Amino acid sequence: MTTINRFVPFVLVIALVMFVRAPFMIDAAPYESTMGLIQKIFYFHVPAAMMTFLSAFVCGIASIFYLVGRKRTADHIAVAAAELAVVFGLIVLVTGPIWARKAWGVWWQWEARLTMTLVMWMIFVAYLLLRRFGGAGSDVLAAAVGLFGMALVPFVYWSVNVWRTLHPTTNVVISLPPEMMSVFGWCAAAFLLLYLALLAVRVRLEVARAALEDAFLAVED
Amino acid sequence: MRLPRVIAACWLVVAATGARVFAQAAQGEFVPVVPGASKEAIPAAPLVFVAYAFVWVALVAYVVLLWRRLGKVERELTDLNGRLKSTRRS
Repeated sequence: MTTINRFVPFVLVIALVMFVRAPFMIDAAPYESTMGLIQKIFYFHVPAAMMTFLSAFVCGIASIFYLVGRKRTADHIAVAAAELAVVFGLIVLVTGPIWARKAWGVWWQWEARLTMTLVMWMIFVAYLLLRRFGGAGSDVLAAAVGLFGMALVPFVYWSVNVWRTLHPTTNVVISLPPEMMSVFGWCAAAFLLLYLALLAVRVRLEVARAALEDAFLAVED
Repeated sequence: MRLPRVIAACWLVVAATGARVFAQAAQGEFVPVVPGASKEAIPAAPLVFVAYAFVWVALVAYVVLLWRRLGKVERELTDLNGRLKSTRRS
């Protein structure tokens, strides 16, 4: 863990440089033929969604390890990932409606993709509330909630292909022309580096909190 | 047998009157659009700016908050460990 923490500042600096360069690359990227300028929100909206899904998976898998083996490290990772799922999910849920207002004429539609994304986000908010206010035993209950949140990810992802929705299908990313794909790849890499750095820092915070609790108990003894 | 016929006749009169009242006048001519006359109902640039500004603000705010939380906990931990060590020595 200490080795990972040594690399965090470097990774953060690289991510920052990539984020600073991103707007220039996005500005140079071609306009989409039907949506025009508003489509450029895509270059931050989709990577944020990818990080939300990744975080949901990390939380769910860590929760499984915690439920099976009761390893504290797994619990720390699950809490960190749940918080990041809420942060990146919030970015998705704000940038999406801003895009929708121009593209669809409405801020929100209760269609499959949007509704399930909101529900998934609320599940991870519930995870954090449970850990904050749940008291003894909330770590195990929250792990089950985290598992449920992870289970929703495939439904959220495939919903646009299965149901008739306003939201673009999953095909739009894989069919991007090269001049758009390069910009998207850059932004996705920037988000990934930032996510990994934030996950490491957040896990470090959980480890420190656990050590503080143990220290308080030792003082009382 | 007379009443249903009367009702049907009244209904036809009402329907025909409504159709005449609400029918659009036939278009008499085509008028071309004046170039530059139509403007975007919802301008895209401010929305794009707000979206990106929100992402930056959210991420920077989270990083700053996280660093402050970590600093506070690590300071408390250092203080407490110091107190524990001094207690054990004495």
